[in-house]
Amino acid sequence: MRVLVCVKRVPAPGARIVLNEDRRSIDTALLGFAVSPHEECAVEEGVRIVEQHGGSVTVLTLGPPEAEEQIRAAFAVGVHAGARIEAGPEDPDPVATARAIASAVQGLEGAAGPFDLILFGNESADSGGYQVGIRVAHALGRPIVSGIKAIEIDDGAMTVQRPTPQGAEVYELPLPAAVAVREGINLPRYPTLKTRLSAKKTPIELVTTDAAEGGQRMIELVPPPEDTSSVQILGDGPEAAAAVVDVVEQLVSL
Amino acid sequence: MSAFVFLVEHDRGAIAETTLGGLRAAREVAAAARLDLHAAIPGTSGDALADEVATHGPAGIHLLHHELLDDYGPDAWAAGASQLADSLGATAVAATGTDRGNEVLAHLAAVRDEAMVANCLTVSVGADAWEMTRVRWGGSLHERSSLTGDLKLLTFAPHAREPEPVGAGDASTATFTPTLDAVHATTVVRDRTETAAGVTLATAPVVVSGGRGVGSAEGFAPLEALAARLGGVVGCSRVVTNNGWRPHSDQVGQTGTVVAPDLYIACGISGAVQHWVGMMNAKHVLAINTDAQAPMVTKADWAVVGDLETIVPAILAEIDRRHG
Ligand SMILES: Cc1cc2nc3c(=O)[nH]c(=O)nc-3n(C[C@H](O)[C@H](O)[C@H](O)COP(=O)(O)OP(=O)(O)OC[C@H]3O[C@@H](n4cnc5c(N)ncnc54)[C@H](O)[C@@H]3O)c2cc1C
Repeated sequence: MRVLVCVKRVPAPGARIVLNEDRRSIDTALLGFAVSPHEECAVEEGVRIVEQHGGSVTVLTLGPPEAEEQIRAAFAVGVHAGARIEAGPEDPDPVATARAIASAVQGLEGAAGPFDLILFGNESADSGGYQVGIRVAHALGRPIVSGIKAIEIDDGAMTVQRPTPQGAEVYELPLPAAVAVREGINLPRYPTLKTRLSAKKTPIELVTTDAAEGGQRMIELVPPPEDTSSVQILGDGPEAAAAVVDVVEQLVSL
Repeated sequence: MSAFVFLVEHDRGAIAETTLGGLRAAREVAAAARLDLHAAIPGTSGDALADEVATHGPAGIHLLHHELLDDYGPDAWAAGASQLADSLGATAVAATGTDRGNEVLAHLAAVRDEAMVANCLTVSVGADAWEMTRVRWGGSLHERSSLTGDLKLLTFAPHAREPEPVGAGDASTATFTPTLDAVHATTVVRDRTETAAGVTLATAPVVVSGGRGVGSAEGFAPLEALAARLGGVVGCSRVVTNNGWRPHSDQVGQTGTVVAPDLYIACGISGAVQHWVGMMNAKHVLAINTDAQAPMVTKADWAVVGDLETIVPAILAEIDRRHG
């Protein structure tokens, strides 16, 4: 099995999101960076599939040079190869992003053979456009299902499950195929010191594309209305229990 | 007048809770754009929804009939909506931004090579471009975007608008049979598994939620007891699922479940934005935290400052004392 996982580097804000003055980006001076938990799980799933069925896992990202940090994090948990599509500090729109990824995938496949499975996160943590994986799959002529929390591969066929409030929907896809996964499909492993060190040495391929934009333009980012409610402190420690039950009794019949 | 198509979401005849709110948003945008609103209902199992949909103001209702639409499939639904849009000369297609709504519109966008804007809160119609505010970061940030294209594709954030029936309505109802083939069949639901019914995290009236401050899997026992006593369920933060203390199905937040209970009790949860967007629609929030400055405390309605390990059992004891 050859598996490809697509990830996106995003800032990891804490209690508040602070915008830069241009209102087109987040102030990341004090922030770390990560990939979405969905994509962390996609990486883990790719590694597990290859552990079970043999083969190799490649990670692909579109982003600035700093995004190689996220590729190296994937190397440290078992990914074999990595490629980065050169991009500026500002995100391209979803159409251009998907075109660039599809063209990069074709390049990677031309060099080393087709991918049996392409994994995406269900939606990026920051822009949340819910479409890049689906566009890439269509451009490559492969089926894709989103929102997946279980994958089983058996003899060239794949069964995947998407949770619903009542249970789960089951889909069957022939390989090659693509899947957009959700956090919870697995519990990602932690890297070890040894894998972290060796991850520093794995080369990362650089891909350049010139993908045309689509019809969506970001104008500016807008903080949502602030929550203005003010908290009522019911007390300190266990002595506050009576005050708690007083308010709970108004909401719940006990 | 040209047409605006809204895709009505249902699961084998059961209407999706947020679809009629989206239909109302679509009606308002269609009116502003001087487009006739048409509702598309995929699959014969959706036929029975036509009367209810008619009261929400579409000019036409289209029952999409094809055996590949009998159950859900993103490619089949997208192709059905796309072909209907063509037959009506539509210039816009929308749905509510649920799992299915976003998925189908993205397939439609990919096939048509058009832009698609997910989870819009407001849309203002211009001569050429439309301008929208949309949800980013699961709701902790908004974005203003513009959209151009011959076929404008968008989803409305769930609950961006609430349903508003406009009376009996005189919508014409017609059957539309799209041309679907094996490619569309590939992604149709093949089977289902059912889990035991009961109160689910998404719909529970009370959620007793624990974060890093709970300290261990065993530490959730008092939270379980409190949730049971209040007719609710246990939720948790991502730190908790990452540590393996609770299954991911208990996680509240941007990459977990979005909840809107009457009462959300946050025990030892700091209130990071990714958690907050999962429970910000709770009607009442009670925070229990050692840190009086934690965002969850300052944003809550009520808070108790202190160690949850002693406070939660004390609350349980007080309930027992009063109610036996
Ligand atoms: C893209 C992305 C998506 C994410 N999605 C989610 C998501 O869906 N859900 C989610 O929850 N997080 C999510 N996160 C993680 C999120 O950013 C936070 O890391 C996480 O919510 C913190 O969990 P916590 O509040 O339990 O832990 P902490 O932030 O460590 O807070 C622990 C709190 O417990 C208090 N405490 C400690 N001991 C006690 C005690 N004995 N009694 C009372 N209080 C005590 C502390 O004062 C503190 O406030 C996401 C992050 C990213 C980057």
